[in-house]
Amino acid sequence: MAQPSRIIDKTAAELAADIREGRLTSVEVTTAFLDRIEAVDATVKAFLHVDREGALAAAREADAAIAADEEASPLAGVPVAVKDVVVTKGLPTTAASKILEGWIPPYDATIVERIKAARMPILGKTNMDEFAMGSSTEYSAYFKTRNPWDTGRIPGGSGGGSAAAVAAKMAPLAIGTDTGGSIRQPGAVTGTFGAKPTYGSNSRYGLIAFSSSLDTPGPVSRNALDAALLHEVISGHDPRDSTSIDAPVPPVAEAARLGASGDLTGVKLGVVKEFAEGAEAAEPGVIAAYEAGVEQLVKLGAEIVEVSCPSFTYALPTYYLIAPSEASSNLARYDGVRYGLRTGDDGKHSLEEVMSLTREAGFGPEVKRRIILGTYALSAGYVDAFYGKAQKVRTLIKRDFEAAFEQVDAIISPTTPFVAFKFGERTGDPYQMYLADLYTIPSNLYGGPGVSVPVGLADGMPVGLQVCGPVMGDDIAYRVAAALESTQDTPLADTAPELEGN
Amino acid sequence: MTKLNSYEQAVADYEPVLGLETHIELDTNTKMFCGCPTAFGAEPNTQVCPVCLALPGALPVANKAAIEATIKIGLALNCRIAEWTRFARKNYFYPDMPKNFQTSQYEEPLCEEGYVDVVVEGETYRVEIERVHLEEDTGKTLHVGGATGRIHGATESLVDYNRAGIPLVEIVTKPVPGTGALAPEVARAYTAELRDIVRSLGVSDVRMEQGSLRCDVNLSLNLPGEAWGTRTETKNVNSLRSVERAVRYEVRRQSALLDAGERIFQETRHFHEATGETSPGRSKEEATDYRYFPEPDLAVMEPSREWVEELRTSLPEPPRKRRERLQEAWSLADKEMQSVVNADAVDLIETTVAAGAAPAAAVKWWLGELSRRANETGDELGALAITPAQVAELQGMVDDGRLNDKLARQVIDGVLAGEGSPAEVAAKRGLEVVSDTGALETAVDEAIAANPAVAEKIRGGTHAAAGVLIGAVMKATKGQADAGTVRKIILDKLS
Repeated sequence: MAQPSRIIDKTAAELAADIREGRLTSVEVTTAFLDRIEAVDATVKAFLHVDREGALAAAREADAAIAADEEASPLAGVPVAVKDVVVTKGLPTTAASKILEGWIPPYDATIVERIKAARMPILGKTNMDEFAMGSSTEYSAYFKTRNPWDTGRIPGGSGGGSAAAVAAKMAPLAIGTDTGGSIRQPGAVTGTFGAKPTYGSNSRYGLIAFSSSLDTPGPVSRNALDAALLHEVISGHDPRDSTSIDAPVPPVAEAARLGASGDLTGVKLGVVKEFAEGAEAAEPGVIAAYEAGVEQLVKLGAEIVEVSCPSFTYALPTYYLIAPSEASSNLARYDGVRYGLRTGDDGKHSLEEVMSLTREAGFGPEVKRRIILGTYALSAGYVDAFYGKAQKVRTLIKRDFEAAFEQVDAIISPTTPFVAFKFGERTGDPYQMYLADLYTIPSNLYGGPGVSVPVGLADGMPVGLQVCGPVMGDDIAYRVAAALESTQDTPLADTAPELEGN
Repeated sequence: MTKLNSYEQAVADYEPVLGLETHIELDTNTKMFCGCPTAFGAEPNTQVCPVCLALPGALPVANKAAIEATIKIGLALNCRIAEWTRFARKNYFYPDMPKNFQTSQYEEPLCEEGYVDVVVEGETYRVEIERVHLEEDTGKTLHVGGATGRIHGATESLVDYNRAGIPLVEIVTKPVPGTGALAPEVARAYTAELRDIVRSLGVSDVRMEQGSLRCDVNLSLNLPGEAWGTRTETKNVNSLRSVERAVRYEVRRQSALLDAGERIFQETRHFHEATGETSPGRSKEEATDYRYFPEPDLAVMEPSREWVEELRTSLPEPPRKRRERLQEAWSLADKEMQSVVNADAVDLIETTVAAGAAPAAAVKWWLGELSRRANETGDELGALAITPAQVAELQGMVDDGRLNDKLARQVIDGVLAGEGSPAEVAAKRGLEVVSDTGALETAVDEAIAANPAVAEKIRGGTHAAAGVLIGAVMKATKGQADAGTVRKIILDKLS
């Protein structure tokens, strides 16, 4: 394989080393990615907002700091794209919703503060399903993002923008958020790497809330090590988030390097019996690519053990009660009173009517669907049967995981049952859309980590393999994923079709 | 016109059942879920941040000082402190509530099952506490452009979020039956006792006029021997006196409705300070389903038993014990002390005594002249524009002979009118006892000359007649003479 000739072909780790050792400057690197955005984003449409000026200013500062021998973070100078659900001071943040159009946050999310402290320039804000509700980015209120592998197909969701930006080499790294699979499923269908860290290990402060007990920010990259490096930049306890875990960050970069050595001797990998038996089985191509990946893992010394997680069967309905319930409350604040869109403020409408008109005009169909679903699930007379029952099943799902992790080190599965589908294919039937997260949702309900690593192609479209670890066992997931990468001659992410530039 | 029964008739026919919900703003330095300051009266929207404005992405962190204060209140109210407790979201839309949900507590309050004993007319009533929980306050909406400051007719609504997120403790009693005709007094005594307990803990300034203690009064009536009736909840009850009046009004109103065979609607009513009446607010029938669920943004709280016991031992002297101690120190009879308590003057008198006045004098001023002034204007005693220190200063001037009682009352007029301290008022108004005996002797001579017949009587030994001459001298000196001194001069001259 030829050495990458272009800056944008390099991994984040390579770029960081080049910048640190003076072979490249952050300004050169950042400029290369900004130019790439300019060249291909008209086609991909991954970005809602590009901050060329801000990114270059940060790059200059990073270069100055490195020149001054300031203690540099492992990713100093490497640019990153940020999903638009993460609040960035002075940069428009909309969560891809009309209701937040034009809102400029006065503060930074904790993870953005950490990105800035690590001297990583922020390229811009990436597209997503509105308020992170969706699996195709088709529910963005602004525009659809295209899958760089086939621009007639979706890039996954909700973080389709971050995944597509990395897949199209418009950014070496991106930030995503994962509530039911929104980092991992877009990773799988765009041939990129995505990690949902342990819930509570990465601060949610400044993350526009969808479902508070599930939302987790995490890295998107082209390989496990790059993701692990970014993971370590953003991770760690945050006193501003009460659900933040006050414990050392699992050594994920070390684990990724260990995995890259290609030895999984003694590692037990669980395969969930109930996934294979599911009525909504994965596409044959997905299963074939996944099984080929499992064979590779066995060759590296891993032992495959079947585990039973009977409650996983109920994970999808459980999720679609808990997440919309919390969302119905989290999204109540968008009322046109303090910020964002205000509709009907013409002197003819009462305050309550203005609030109602604003929400009617500002929210898209999927957001409304989930607010209604959640409001219903929490209503007097129904709350015990829906929200309450779902919480009980959630406990059972956690127990299934805990029991499984007594037998195995990690659990593997396909990341998502199907490859990137065509635009419009699943918007008509919400359930068909929701199935995209069939395999990713359980770890959100449990709170443990899950990563999606490219494993192969099915009909020319990328397939991802998911590795789930125990709570605060993010390192094992990275290790297994990096080991799988080591079996691939060319990283899958590097084989994406070259896009037409302009 | 709302029909009203006479109170006496109402309580002769029906049995009232009380219930009180009290909200107390804690005076923690920072808000409940963020680091914003909590000072009262700041410029609108200057004490706000992403968290209390509910900006997208902001998250709450619970204020430990507020949790501690709530546990103290719970302990002082003889409650059980939860070993496992959490916050819950109370969902409803309101423009001055930034998140459109209130972070409160639902099924797992911090404190449960306590009681407060109050004494009314020599009887002890036990008011049982159902729960004490912690929540956050809302902002304040100001409707401008309308005639009355209310939403109707307003052209604009302005919201001040300074108060949004201030820690609020809600204390809910169980229904209180068996108070009969004394329901208003029991309601008032409970509120006063609660206020004194909380004030003694130093966790809130519990000032009803500033809204740091707010009271909702629940009341229902039932015929003797029958099940409890439907209750109304009267809000906006902002003084002890109003608590009493609100109960009295609802007893009269509900009894008239029941007499007429009508039913009582379970509804929220508003109390009107000016008229002492209540009017319907939003009825519960159309009220919101709050869709409570556990707050996923906040960790559960598990107050350790060691901490709770530590707080228990740190509790100050309960107000009831304190009153017993003060009664003894002030040498007051039970009845006098009861009057002091009823007038809500314990703190005022204690502070006045601490500022140097004799207990008897302090009691005399506050229960006498000052209570009369408060009654005239319908104010609480503590709301009068005179401080205990000023009362002590006034009494000091009397003790020094610089003021007599009559002059002292005029000085009070000046202090209440905002003219300054007693000394300043006396100086400005020229209200000093005339101690120049030369001037007094001249005045006495003039009085004797003008009233020869009276003078003759006194010379004859009828000393009681001196009153006429004293009066004349007082009139001539515009009351600024000391009556004792004048009497002595007269008797000296005429004996």
